[in-house]
Amino acid sequence: MKSSLPEGLRELFQQATRRGDVPWQALLRPGDWALLAISAALVAASFPLLWRGGIADRAIVKRDGQLITELALNTPRRYEVQGPIGTTVIEVQPGRARVLSDPGPRQYCVQQGWLTRANAVAICAPNHISLQLGGRGGANASYDSINY
Amino acid sequence: MRAMTASTIELPVGDDDRRIARYAAAAIALSVAEAALPSPLPGIKPGLANIIVLVVLARHGWRDAAWVSLLRVVAGSLAIGQFLAPGFFLALAGALCSLAMLALAQALPARWFGPVTASVLAAFAHIGGQILVARTWLVPHDGVFFLIPMFAVAALFFGTINGLIAARLLATPPRADSAT
Repeated sequence: MKSSLPEGLRELFQQATRRGDVPWQALLRPGDWALLAISAALVAASFPLLWRGGIADRAIVKRDGQLITELALNTPRRYEVQGPIGTTVIEVQPGRARVLSDPGPRQYCVQQGWLTRANAVAICAPNHISLQLGGRGGANASYDSINY
Repeated sequence: MRAMTASTIELPVGDDDRRIARYAAAAIALSVAEAALPSPLPGIKPGLANIIVLVVLARHGWRDAAWVSLLRVVAGSLAIGQFLAPGFFLALAGALCSLAMLALAQALPARWFGPVTASVLAAFAHIGGQILVARTWLVPHDGVFFLIPMFAVAALFFGTINGLIAARLLATPPRADSAT
């Protein structure tokens, strides 16, 4: 079968597979090493900088969209809220909150686990309860994990 | 009697055009092949076609590299069926930014900086352009910036690999019969 590779690509393949070439270290010049080191440091620094996210400072508990209470996220505590089918228990620890138990049949909001970011939401739909974390929002205060 | 067909217009094809077309074909082939590779995160791709752009840049200068890069974006997206889709504009923005970066990188002293530097800088410029377009047009929300660290890691990794491949290709001189 006749090869149908483009001319330029064939040439490059032939070059790349030729034997007895230079070791790869020889392909890097001093400035390349410096640039790689600086880039790696910057990339590593970008993680904590950009992944810090919105810092949550309070847990907002709502029933039927109506505010029930706001819990500060600095002291551990539990909060029980009554819904149409039973009691939903919210647990708060420093910097995070979760739905500890809920009477709903599928337990989605419980299995969501700890919420740590501002605007994260856990919704216990059968019991009409929602738990949302609030923070110093800034420009994105109107977005939550549903919008995302 | 008058001929029924209009006179043919012939565009002169120079050596430049043939050379650029040949490299662009190689770049398009690589980007089409790459489109078949699965990716863990949409937008993270090795960018193998940029190896060709780097080789062209070193051998024939920035103008040819720009031709190859932009032909690759347009024809590559036509081949994949992405022309004028959002992905096309992301690719175009990335290509334009990395070409601008390559123009700047050419000013670096060649004694100290090789193709790897050009490749890594271009890769960062590429994600920069893409993120800008994505932020201003496709996803107008700061949540896009959460993806930057992932993209930056990919850019550093693939930029280094592509740069090394380009440097290796450049270290072996082209065969005499295929030199154009």
